[in-house]
Amino acid sequence: MSGSADVKAAGAPSKRARVLALTSGKGGVGKTFLSANLAAALAKRGRRVLVLDADLGLANLDVVLNLFPKITLHDVFTGKVQLEDAILHAPGGFSVLLAGSGLVEYSRLTPEVREQLLRIIETLAPRYDHILLDTGAGISDVVLYAVSLADDVLVLATPEPTSMTDAYATIKVLATQQQRREIRLAVNQVGRIGEGRTIRGQLQLVVDKFVTPTLPAGTGALLLELIGEVPLDPSVREAVQKRQLLIEMLPGSAAAQAVLAIAAKIAP
Amino acid sequence: MQLLQQSGHTLPERHEVGQIVWLQAVIDGLCELSSRDPLTGLANRRQFELALASEIDRVARAGEPALVLMIDIDHFKVVNDTHGHPAGDLVLKAVAQALHECIRPMDTLARFGGEEFAMILPNCPPLFGQAVAERVRKKVQARAVAIAPSQQVNVTVSLGGAFAPQWVRSSAPLWIDRADQQLYRAKAEGRNRACLEQPTVSLVSPEEKGLLFGTSQFAEVQ
Repeated sequence: MSGSADVKAAGAPSKRARVLALTSGKGGVGKTFLSANLAAALAKRGRRVLVLDADLGLANLDVVLNLFPKITLHDVFTGKVQLEDAILHAPGGFSVLLAGSGLVEYSRLTPEVREQLLRIIETLAPRYDHILLDTGAGISDVVLYAVSLADDVLVLATPEPTSMTDAYATIKVLATQQQRREIRLAVNQVGRIGEGRTIRGQLQLVVDKFVTPTLPAGTGALLLELIGEVPLDPSVREAVQKRQLLIEMLPGSAAAQAVLAIAAKIAP
Repeated sequence: MQLLQQSGHTLPERHEVGQIVWLQAVIDGLCELSSRDPLTGLANRRQFELALASEIDRVARAGEPALVLMIDIDHFKVVNDTHGHPAGDLVLKAVAQALHECIRPMDTLARFGGEEFAMILPNCPPLFGQAVAERVRKKVQARAVAIAPSQQVNVTVSLGGAFAPQWVRSSAPLWIDRADQQLYRAKAEGRNRACLEQPTVSLVSPEEKGLLFGTSQFAEVQ
C-alpha cells in the first residue's frame, strides 16, 4: 500500500539519495547526537550527506552542531528565501537544513507542512547519497509523516525500560500504519557489548507475539535489524558539551567507533 | 433550466428572468444539484470528498478525533436480480433514509457510488466508534423495505471504519482506503457487521510489557 514498503538495494551510491529517518519514541536518547555523528561518519566514507532537521517543534540540531544560522527552514516555508540558501555546511563535511526555533507553528501536520517537507526531499534527493531525517520525539503525526517519507527507518533506543517501551510502541505503529516490514534498531548507551543484541532479541520476541499476528495476512513478518550499539561513554557528554562532533573530537573513543561501524553498515 | 425543473427546483416567480435574485436562485439550484445524489438525495461523492478534505484540515489543526465509515449493502445484486432494478432503487432510498436517521447535523452522509455509502463523523472519540457503527448496522437491519404493495425485503449492511489520520500522508484517498480495507474485512468475515481499524494510539499492554522485560521483573513493578 505505502511506498515505504518497497525495498531497494541499500549501500552503493545511486542517482537518488536514500532517505533514512531516525526516530525513537522517547526523547533524550541521543537521536540528534547520532544523526549528526552518523552524517559525519558517512561523509568520511565519501558520501554526500544531508541532515534534515525534521524535529519541527523543538529543534536542537543547531545546538549540537553549534550552528546558529540566520536562515532556516522557516524562511523556506514562508517563501522568504530559496531552499538552496538555507542549506548549511556543517563541520563534519555534510549539509544540514535546520528547522530553527521559529518553526513551532509547524509542529502540527498541516497540508502545508506535508507539501513543503515532501518538496524539499524530492528536490534535494538527486543531489545527495544519503538524507537523514532527524525526527522529533514521540509518535506525533509530524514524526510519522517524516518517517513515511523515508526509504529506511532507524529506531534508536537505550536499555532504559521507558525507552524500550516507547521504541516498541513506535515499531508497532510503523508496522501497522506504514506497512514497514524491516526496521533498523540502534541501541545507545549500552552498559556492555552485546546488550544491544539482547534488547533487539527481546523486542523481536514481543513483536513476533503481539505485532506480526495483527498484520494483514501475506504481507510478511516484521523484522528488526540491529544496526549497531553505542556504548555508554563519557566522551559523548564531553563532545556534546563542547558542541563538537564526537567522531571528530575523539575519533578513537568507543562511542565514536560504534558510530563509524554503523556508517560502515549503512554505506558499505 | 431543464435540469433544475426536472429536479423539482422552483425559481422565484416574482422576479424576472435575468435579475440578480433569479440568477442567484439558478446558481444555488445548480450548486445543490451538483452536490447531491439524485436518487437518494444524499450528498454525492464529489461533495463527500470536499467535506473529507476540510475535515482532514480540521483534524490536523484541532486534533479532534473523526471517524469515516464506509457502508455497503450486502448482496445488493441479489435484490436487483430477484426483484428488479426499481426494487433496488427503493432499497437504496430506504437504506439512505435509515442512515440519515443515524447521523447528527454536523455529520456528512453521502452515496459514495452504487450500493456504497459513506459517513464522516467529526469529533467522534475512538472509544465510541464501534458502538456508533453498530447502531447504524442495527438500524438498517431493523428496517423492512416495501418493494411492492405486499412485498417487503430486509437488507443488511457491512461497515468499515477508520479514524482520522493523526499521522502520515493524510489525504482523502488514503483515509477512504483505510476505511475501505475495514469494509473488505467486514465482508470477508461474513457481512452484516462493522469492522473498525484499531485506534492509532498505540498503547503497550501489560502483557506486552511483561514479555518485553520478562514477566517476573514486571510482576515486581506491579
